[in-house]
Amino acid sequence: MMDAVLLAFAMVFDPYTLMVMVIAACYGLFVGAVPGLTATMATALLVPVTFFMAPIPAVAAIVTATAMAIFSGDIPGCLLRIPGTPASAAYTDEAYAMTRKGEAEKALGASLVFSAIGGLFGTLVLIAAAPSLAEFASRFSSFEYFWLVLLGLTCAVFITSSKPVKGLITLFLGLLVACVGLGNPAGFPRFTFGNIETMAGIGMIPMMIGMFAFSEIIRYVLDTKPSGEIAVEKVGNVLRGQWKLAKKYPVQILRGSSLGTLVGALPGAGADIAAWMSYAMSKKFSKEPEKFGTGHVEGIVESGAANNSALAGAWIPALVFGIPGDSITAIIIGVLYMKNMNPGPSLFTNNPQNIYAVFLIFILANLIMIPLGILCIKAARRILKVPRNILMPVILLFCMVGTFAINNTLFGVGVMLAAGVVAYVLEANDFPIAPAILGVVLGGMLEENFITSMIKADGNFLAFFSRPIAASLAVITILIWVTPGLLALWRRSAVRAA
Amino acid sequence: MKLNDAVFGFLLLILGITVLVIVQDYPKIPGQQVGPALFPGLVAVGLCVGGLILLVRGWLARGSTPWLMVDDWIQSPRHVLALVVLIGSVLFYILVSQWLGFLISAVLILTALFRVLQLSLARSVLIAVIATLVIHFAFYKLLRVPLPWGVLTPYAW
Repeated sequence: MMDAVLLAFAMVFDPYTLMVMVIAACYGLFVGAVPGLTATMATALLVPVTFFMAPIPAVAAIVTATAMAIFSGDIPGCLLRIPGTPASAAYTDEAYAMTRKGEAEKALGASLVFSAIGGLFGTLVLIAAAPSLAEFASRFSSFEYFWLVLLGLTCAVFITSSKPVKGLITLFLGLLVACVGLGNPAGFPRFTFGNIETMAGIGMIPMMIGMFAFSEIIRYVLDTKPSGEIAVEKVGNVLRGQWKLAKKYPVQILRGSSLGTLVGALPGAGADIAAWMSYAMSKKFSKEPEKFGTGHVEGIVESGAANNSALAGAWIPALVFGIPGDSITAIIIGVLYMKNMNPGPSLFTNNPQNIYAVFLIFILANLIMIPLGILCIKAARRILKVPRNILMPVILLFCMVGTFAINNTLFGVGVMLAAGVVAYVLEANDFPIAPAILGVVLGGMLEENFITSMIKADGNFLAFFSRPIAASLAVITILIWVTPGLLALWRRSAVRAA
Repeated sequence: MKLNDAVFGFLLLILGITVLVIVQDYPKIPGQQVGPALFPGLVAVGLCVGGLILLVRGWLARGSTPWLMVDDWIQSPRHVLALVVLIGSVLFYILVSQWLGFLISAVLILTALFRVLQLSLARSVLIAVIATLVIHFAFYKLLRVPLPWGVLTPYAW
């Protein structure tokens, strides 16, 4: 094991990897700070570039960029009252209220410091939980994997969205897209319409770039609201007073980080949901809930830690089972497959140095967040003034070249266009997007384990419940399915009784 | 742009039925009960059920929710034009970039987009040329992506 750790250190502290991390950090800080560019978009746009790197620098670039983007999304929230990324939306009003009270330094500093702490906490949980979970998972058969994937998809639909029917529909759409091509247990070409390009299936990366980058460009082009005014001229020392905050709110920090890691690990729910839940929890348990909304730092401390810890939490199921915890890890799983680092228990036994390297990258990324974040806050006024009518067309060109670069065909550009338009229309009509992505990513795995299990069971569906772990997973999954219906029935009978 | 749920329900129902019809022709695997049609078939059934729920829900709510609710941008010719140019430029790139080459297509697309996003003509062209050259250098030279030269092939560098 010591050899693997040393090897990991050598890989991460390689000058090239470190340089990639610094560049990716600046890129992530910039993308996060510009409203309308999200952390998921940062990841999707990075993939065509990381395509040409060795595995470890590629992973380092993505981890660093996303961690930075989730923090820097707080900056325009604080200064313009526009969240830079959806993960900052939960406490944008609070941060802006602090700025109006002349406490912009305190708000930005709290965002920065507790983002880093939350990120480190999530990383520690990842380091502690992933290897033992992997050992546990190494005994899984197709029955367990079938239920596990189904449980993941169920979480994405029922727990993380308020509209289960619409969530189910986007999930089915995602699963249908995953069916396209030859990649099924029978090796039969499905829905290819005689086209050679579709034989290999619909490329995941062009689709992600369409759903997360191109759809944002559409949204920007159709936005009729004028952009906000910057509230402060100068930001002073952001670190002042943060130590006092840390001593004042230790429980909040711990609670936010734990909840964030847990929500991150749940498939389909990412940093944005973690921040909303954590902000609500902070208000509920606060000694001074009446101060929330008036520029009170407590909620920012807690949910700022939560959204960054969610990033690391999402990697736990992604690395161990290949089930993404959020849309960012959904893209990362695609990258891991491209880099021959196929997620799953064998990743931990065959190439432990790669896993240790990922852990190290996470720690390093959250540490360099503090100095680089301070520089970013200093430069915030300039970044927020970058004209978006120049930026967006350039991003479009980047999207087209990037999708072309994956397979060197224009088919990918077409996939990007279609996915972007569909994602825009669906989102405008309150269809959640996360289940669709999970469907696309996990469709192949679900079908493979389903078919294998069916063949093993020889048509006897009870075999799906014959192994203890499989049966437990099955019970949890089915409970989540029937709970909303049971609750509705119970409420109705309660009303009738009263 | 919001449509009544019934519209989506109807479209999803058609999609589900189409998939069910297509998978009927998929081969059976001898000696096994499961074939390539099973999984997409189940997904299609799911789509049909979901579509049906939306259809009924949307129909019952048709009094209170309109069939089509448009956003502000539809009344602003500038925003509509921007959308048309945006979608058009991706189609344009797919259709002509191989023939026209990356450099010319990209400069044309960027200039058009900058113009509809209200940049002056001179700045539009200037920034379009610079951005195209930077992206070309990054992807063609550094990452070795074979971006097409098209009609500029004799002058390729």
